Amino acid sequence: MLLETRGLVKQFGEFRAVDGVAFRVQDGEVLALIGSNGAGKTTLVNLISGLLRPDAGSIHFRGADVTAQSVHERIGAGIARSFQLVNLFDQLSALDNVALSIFSRQGKTRKLWALAEADRPVWQEALEILATFRMDAKAAVPAGGLSQGERKLLDVAVAYALKPKLLFLDEPTSGVSTREKSPIMDTIASVVRSEGISAAIIEHDMDVVFGYSDRIVAMHQGTILADGTPEQIRRDERVLTTLIGTPEAR
Amino acid sequence: MSTAAVTLPQRTHVRTLSWAIPALVILVALPWVAGEYQTILLAYGLVMGIAALGFNLLLGYTGLLSFGHSAYFGVGAYTVALMVKYLGVTSMELFLVGAVGACVLVTAIFGVACVRYTRIFFGILTMALSQVLWSLAFKFFWVTGGTDGLRVPTPTLLGVVAGKGDKIAFLATAYYYYVLAIFVVCVAVMWVIVNSPFGRALQAIRDNEVRAAFVGIQIRKYRWVAFLVSGVFTGLAGALWVPLNGLTTPDIMHWTFSGEIVFMTVLGGFRSFTGPVIGAIVFNYLKTYAVGYTVYWQLLLGVVLVVLVVSLPTGIVGSAERLWARRRSR
Repeated sequence: MLLETRGLVKQFGEFRAVDGVAFRVQDGEVLALIGSNGAGKTTLVNLISGLLRPDAGSIHFRGADVTAQSVHERIGAGIARSFQLVNLFDQLSALDNVALSIFSRQGKTRKLWALAEADRPVWQEALEILATFRMDAKAAVPAGGLSQGERKLLDVAVAYALKPKLLFLDEPTSGVSTREKSPIMDTIASVVRSEGISAAIIEHDMDVVFGYSDRIVAMHQGTILADGTPEQIRRDERVLTTLIGTPEAR
Repeated sequence: MSTAAVTLPQRTHVRTLSWAIPALVILVALPWVAGEYQTILLAYGLVMGIAALGFNLLLGYTGLLSFGHSAYFGVGAYTVALMVKYLGVTSMELFLVGAVGACVLVTAIFGVACVRYTRIFFGILTMALSQVLWSLAFKFFWVTGGTDGLRVPTPTLLGVVAGKGDKIAFLATAYYYYVLAIFVVCVAVMWVIVNSPFGRALQAIRDNEVRAAFVGIQIRKYRWVAFLVSGVFTGLAGALWVPLNGLTTPDIMHWTFSGEIVFMTVLGGFRSFTGPVIGAIVFNYLKTYAVGYTVYWQLLLGVVLVVLVVSLPTGIVGSAERLWARRRSR
C-alpha cells in the first residue's frame, strides 16, 4: 500500500466536502478519481497534498502518518501534484519552471552562494524532462506564452521533476480542445507508466477515464460511491445513475 | 539539445561585466576629476545604494514591500554611535562587525513576525516595528541623545588610516574609497544571491506562492532569510553613513526615511538589479539640490515622484533598457 487515508473529513462551515473517506492507492497503479462537481475530489487531493488540513482522520504514506506534515515534507516523502487551473511561474521560461523543481528536489534552493545558471547537470536534466513531455522545442518560451495544452503538460512536468512516488493530476485535460486531449494523456500515461509512478487523475472526460486507468474511484457528496476496475465501474448501477447519467453512457 | 543550457550562463556573465567594469572605472577615477564636495556627495549616494540594494531583495525579488527599512539603517548607525559612546571604539572594521551583528539580531526577531504576512499587512507591520525603534531612539535620550543624536568622530580605517586633521579631505579620499570597496563587495554578493538557486526560489515565491510551495520551497523560511539578508545590507549602509554624517539622529529611524528608501528604489526601477543603486545615487543628488534650491523641497520631490510613477513606471533603469532595446532593433 502506497497511500491510505482513514476516515478523512473536511468541513467548510456546515458543508462536509470530504466525509469520512477511506482512499487507497497501490504501488504503480494509475487510477482515476471521478465524480460530479462538488463531489469532493479536489478537496481530497488538497488534503492529501497538504494544501488543506483535515478536520478528522489520518493520511498514511508508505506506512508513515503524514497527516501533520507540511507540504514541504510531503513532497520530500514523494507526493506531488499538478493543478486544475494551471499554476506555473508565468514569467519564467518552460525550462526555468522545470529547473526550479530540480533545484528544490536536490536541496539546492538553500544555496545563496552559487550561480544557478552555472549548474549544468540541472539544466541538462530539465531539458531531458521537457523532451520526455515533448516540450523541448518550447524550452525558452515563457510559461505565460504557451498554449493551454502545453501549459497543462508543463504543469505536470514541473510536478514530475520532483521525482514523486505518487502524482496527483487534477484535470490534466480540462480547458483543452478534444483533439489535444489524447496526445496529452498518451504522453502523461507513458511517462508515468515507464517510471512506475503511481498516479491519481481527477477527470471528467469519460473517454480519458476509461481509456487510461487501471482502477476507478467514484465520489459523490464527499464519500466514495464505488471503487473498482473500469469494467466494474462501467456496470455499476449507482455510478451510472448518479454520475454518468444514462445506462448507455459507454 | 543542451545548447540553450550551455549558452545561457556565459551570455549573462559577459553582459553583467560589460556594464560593471566601465561603471567601476568611473567610480574609481571620480575623486581625481570631481571636487571634494562632489565626491562626498557620491559617497552618500553609494551608501544609500547599498541600503536600496538590500531593500530590493525584498521588494523586487521576493515581492514584499517593507516600509520599515529605516529601522535596520538606524540599528546600523546607532550601533556604531553606541560603540563610540560606551566602548570607545574607533576602528571602522569593528563598527561594521558590530552593526552587522546587531542587525542580524534585530532582523531575525522582526522577521519572524513579519514574514507571516504579505502585501499591505507586511508593509504595515514592518512600519510599526520600525516606529517602535524610532520612539526608543527619540525618548531614551540618556542613552541615544534623543533628538540631539549622538556624535561619531572620524574612525580609523584598517587600523592605520586615521581621520585626524582635515576631515573633509579624509572623507573625500580614504573614506570614499573605503565606501566604494564595500559597495563593490555588496553589489557582487547581492548579484550572486539573486542569481543563486535561492534567488530563483525567491522569485518563484514572488510570482506564485502556492506553486512555489508545491515544488517544495518553504515559503516562510525563505522569506525570513531574505528579510535577514535585506536588513543586514541596509544596516551595513547605516554603519557606513554615520562617519560621513558625523552624527546620528532619530530621523533616520522614522518611517519617512523608509519612504525615501522606497522612493529611490522605485525611481531607479525595482524590476532590475541595478535600478535601486542608480535610483539611490540620483535621489541623493535630487534631494541635495532640491534642499539647497527651495524650502519646499518635499513638494518638489513629491511632484517628481508622481510624474515618475505616471511616465516611467519601470523606473530610470527599466526605461533606459527599453530605449536601448528599441534603438538596437532599428
